[in-house]
Order: sequence, then structure tokens, then C-alpha cells
Amino acid sequence: MKIEDKKRVLREMVLHRRFEERCYQAYIERKIGGFLHLYPGQEACCNGVMEAARPGHDYVITGYRDHVHAIKCGAEPKEVMAELYGKETGSSKGRGGSMHIFDAGKRFMGGYALVGGPFPLAAGIAKAIQLKGGDEIAICFLGDAANNQGTFHETLNMAALWKLPVLFVCENNLYGIGTSIERSTAVVHQHKRVAAYNIPADECDGQDIEIVYEHARKAVDHVRAGNGPFFLELMTYRYRGHSMSDSRGYRSREEEELWKQRDPIFILRDRLIAEKAITMAEFEAIEKETDAYIENEVIKFAEESPEPRVEDLEKYVLADRDTQLPWLTGKAA
Amino acid sequence: MANIMYWEAIQRAHDEEMARDPLVICMGEDIGVAGGTYKATKGLYEKYGPLRVMDTPISEGGFTGLAVGASFLGVRPIVEIMSVNFAWLAMDQMFNSAAKVRYMSGGQLTAPCVFRSAGGAAHQLGAQHSARMEKVFMGIAGLRVVTPSNPKQAYGLLKSAIRCDDPVFINEHELMYNMKGEVPDGEYFHPLEGSEIARAGTDVTLFGYNISVHWCLKAAEILDKQYGISAEVVDLYSLAPLDRAGIKASVSKTHRAVIAEEDEAPVGVGSEVIAIINEECFFELDAAPVRVHSALVPQPYNHTLEKATIPDHEDVVKAVLKMFGKA
Repeated sequence: MKIEDKKRVLREMVLHRRFEERCYQAYIERKIGGFLHLYPGQEACCNGVMEAARPGHDYVITGYRDHVHAIKCGAEPKEVMAELYGKETGSSKGRGGSMHIFDAGKRFMGGYALVGGPFPLAAGIAKAIQLKGGDEIAICFLGDAANNQGTFHETLNMAALWKLPVLFVCENNLYGIGTSIERSTAVVHQHKRVAAYNIPADECDGQDIEIVYEHARKAVDHVRAGNGPFFLELMTYRYRGHSMSDSRGYRSREEEELWKQRDPIFILRDRLIAEKAITMAEFEAIEKETDAYIENEVIKFAEESPEPRVEDLEKYVLADRDTQLPWLTGKAA
Repeated sequence: MANIMYWEAIQRAHDEEMARDPLVICMGEDIGVAGGTYKATKGLYEKYGPLRVMDTPISEGGFTGLAVGASFLGVRPIVEIMSVNFAWLAMDQMFNSAAKVRYMSGGQLTAPCVFRSAGGAAHQLGAQHSARMEKVFMGIAGLRVVTPSNPKQAYGLLKSAIRCDDPVFINEHELMYNMKGEVPDGEYFHPLEGSEIARAGTDVTLFGYNISVHWCLKAAEILDKQYGISAEVVDLYSLAPLDRAGIKASVSKTHRAVIAEEDEAPVGVGSEVIAIINEECFFELDAAPVRVHSALVPQPYNHTLEKATIPDHEDVVKAVLKMFGKA
């Protein structure tokens, strides 16, 4: 990665971290409802892969831990926060919530809350790309636990069979909700499981963005060149529980501390400092600026935005009636 | 007007829409090289090729989800679920993805998919190949459900479903694919909403859909000829949404209602129609509405037991006669 890119990504990763931590606070204050799944600890995964891909051009789909993926694709942080606040200005107009962030204009095709549900959707997006003949690829980010759903196997089979341009990124954070991978999964190394479908796969450290980037570049190039699907496993860790109701009783504080020694932001920061590209003071300034931006623009926007109107409760259930009338009434021209 | 079979009508709708729009594709088990279990996609593979006529693995959840994902980018997939019994495996993607994506994305994404499936009980196919499942589909926000009772509807409903931006589930019937009927020679779009009067009458309304429309028509004939009762038959080809206005109009005229369904009674089409009658025209009623329906059992294999499970036109006649105090 170029120095300028690394500096930019460091700033983005700080935003991603502080955004999520601010969500935690807003949840405690009951400004955010429902379920909230936070991303701290895994930032190098999404950022490393998307640096190798083309955000806004390639299609991205993921599960419910989706805020950072949406923002990385180009969604406005204030609109994502307004969605968490359930506001009309939210990215899904307050109808989706934390688990259903969408930004179709930026080709972020959404967060979905059924574990493993996005696998076939991603293959379908790739199928549409194949039919239309574009150079985009579909990227599906999911956790390791999703691989125990039937959709994983069904989708890998179809993607390989039809050589679909889809990259599966497995963010292996070692836990499926509160069950460790050793206790839920017969084959712990996820990239080994896709060999059954003749899909090339790779595995690497998911904490060091430069390592993720190097592996992701090969994966993205493979898919974009028309060679069919690729599976990339990134070894990572989520600092917080699965969701806000999780007290992390299933793992030790020592294990958490060990992973925090390899924090993705600090790894990149310390490297840039060693390379004399930034100073610690500059990094601290980035953190301060980020916090100020989140308070003054992101939170303020979410706080001040209007609620959806109750009169619009049924809007968006079906397509706009007026445009569908020929088919609903049979009076097509 | 051409007199063609139900399967030919479905095939023609596929063919016309695929010729018109390169983003219309179809997929399912054995639909390509083999031409489809019910021939509904016969000849399409040869004409449009494997990229657009996709023989899928036996992975209902997987390929249904793949169709939904493709539809996000404007592809119009027609998915054939070989038997509606297998649709249970695809419902997560139909309900959680296709039906909800528009709402939970605040209108940004839409899933213009068509899911076709052979429903109904055929002959001695046993518990896992004989289900009637329309009631499962008709209560899902964001999903339209239609069910053709003749070739004209089979053709026109599929044409409209492909064009419509909403996901549509089309409930066909295993025993109806060889039924013949008149289909317009020119392009025809059947309305996805509403109902139609299949036979006009004045004394009682017989509500049916799909195969039960034919029981009702036969029953109406018998009631007229043998008992002097004039029955109106209303074809509820749209199960979601149900046609409130049509139900109200007919019952307000005849003041009596019998609902015939091949599905089991609980939480079904009949329950819903009676609820609508209660809400819309309770004081127009001269008798309590009655349901004619299947027994609530996993479909038995034995021929005699199977016959005892599924109602027919005679059960409709009996229900009407009882309502008129003649039985």
C-alpha cells in the first residue's frame, strides 16, 4: 500500500472505531434500540479488502454487523447513524435499523439478519453481473459461523458450477454468537472447507491491513479476471460481545487482552510512526477531529432529524402502486 | 383464440417475455435440458441457452436466494419450484429476503422475482408431495400471491407477474397442467389483483380458486339443474391481496357464501374470506358462511383415504343444500 493510502485508511479506521464506540454509548442512552452488533477489532478486514476492490463500483453484501461495510462503500456516516436512531433521514428511512443498512447508490446491497442468508444473494448479484457483462464483482462479507448454514454449501456449489464473479470474505472472529468455533465446527480452518467445491481459497492475518490488502488484491484480481469465485479467510477478533446483550462469559479476559495487543489500528499507526509518515501527536489529533466530527455532524444530524410519519407506515411494502397499475389491473398498453 | 393447455400457456408467457427482455431468465430443477417436469419451460433451453435457462442443483433455498439477489440488479428471474412441498426450503429467501427487502431498505432495493410452483394434491403422492400451501404464502407482507384456474389466467398472470416490480408467488396445480382452455392470440396481461365472476347467479356465492373453481362450477350446474338454486361462482385468482370489493359485491347480492378450498381449513383462504364478509357485509347475510375444505391430516397414500381427505364438487353441493335446508 502507498503511504498516502495508508494514512487515509488509518483515518478511516479511526472513524470506524469511534463511530462504533459512539453507537455503544447511544445504545446505553437508549437512543438506539433493537439489536446492535459492533465491529471494533475487525476493521482491517473490511478496509483491507475494500482497498483492494473498488468501493462504489463493486457490489457488497453482508450480515448484521454492517455499519462499517456500508460506510466503507461510501454511505454517509450521518445517514447510517440516523438509521440507528430510526429517523426518516436514515439510510433505510428508519425502516431497517442497525442490521439493515442499505445504500444502493453506493452498491452497498445491505445487511441481512439471517445468518448465512446473504450467500445466495451475493451469488445472485454475481449472476446479474455475468448476464449484464460488467467488470464489477460481488463481495460477500460474513462471519465464520455462517459457514455452518446450508446456504454456504449450496451457494459455493452454484458459484463454482457457473463461475460466478463473487468473492466470499470470511471474517473468522472465532465465535458464533457465544459458541467458540472449536465447539461448533468440525473443520476449524474455514478456507479448507471450500476445497470440496474446487474454489480457490486463501487465509491470512486479519489484523494487519497490509497483509489483508496483499491477499485481497490477489483474490479480487482472480475474480475480476473472470476465473470464478474465490474464498478469503481473515483471522480476526471482535472486542465486544456478539450484540449488546452479550456479557462475554464464554471467553477469558486474558484472551481478549492478547488480541488487543494486535489491534488493527495500532498496528497501522505504529508502522506509520516508524516510517515517520505521522507522529503520535498527529494520530491523537486525528482521534480528536474524528470525535468532533461524530458529535457535531453525525450525532447532531441523527438527533435533529425527524421521525418517519405514521401515515407512511405501509409505504415501501410494495412497489409504488401508480407505476404498477398496468399489471395490477391488466390494462397494459 | 387458441385452445391450448395450461402448461403451453405458461410456456408461451415465458417465451414471449424472454424474447422481449434479455434480463428475463428462468431457473429450476430439470427445467432446461429436460424441458421441465410439467413442460412449462419446454424448448426454452434450446432457444435461449444455459445462461438464461438454468438447470439448477437440487438446492431450493440456494437457487431461490440466487434469483432474489439477481433481481436486485434488475434481472427478472422466473423460479420454478418443482413441487410446492419443496418451497419450505426456499421460504427463508422468499419471505426474509424477497418480500422484505423493499421495506427494510426504505424503498432502495426491490425484488421483482416470480416464484412458480406446482401445488395441490395429485394422485397418491403421499404426505410430502401433496401439500396445499397457499395459506402459508398469503399472509406475508410484500409478497403477491396469484393462482390460475385456467390456461388464460396461467398465461396472463405470469405475463403480469414478470412485469410487476413486486415479488409474486404463482400457485399452480399438478392436476391442471393438461387442462385445455381458450387463450387470446394477442398479448394479454391478466390483472394481478381482483377476482372474477366465473358464473353469475343470485342465490348463493361459491368462492373458489385454482382447482376448486372447477368444483364450484360443476356444483353450480347441479344446483341449477337439479335443485333450482342459482349459484354465483367467484374465482379468487388473487389470494394476496384478496379482493375485498369483489367479495362484498357478490355476497351483498346473494346473501349466502360457501368457500371451497383444497387446502386445510385452519388459518386458510376460507377463514380469511369469512373474516372479510364479516367486516364488509355481515348484515347482508341470510345464513352463516360455510367452508368446504380438506381434512387436517398429512396426506395419506391409500387411495380411499386420500379421496376422503380432499373435497370435490359433491361436497360443495352438500354444503349448499344444507344451507338451504334441503339436506
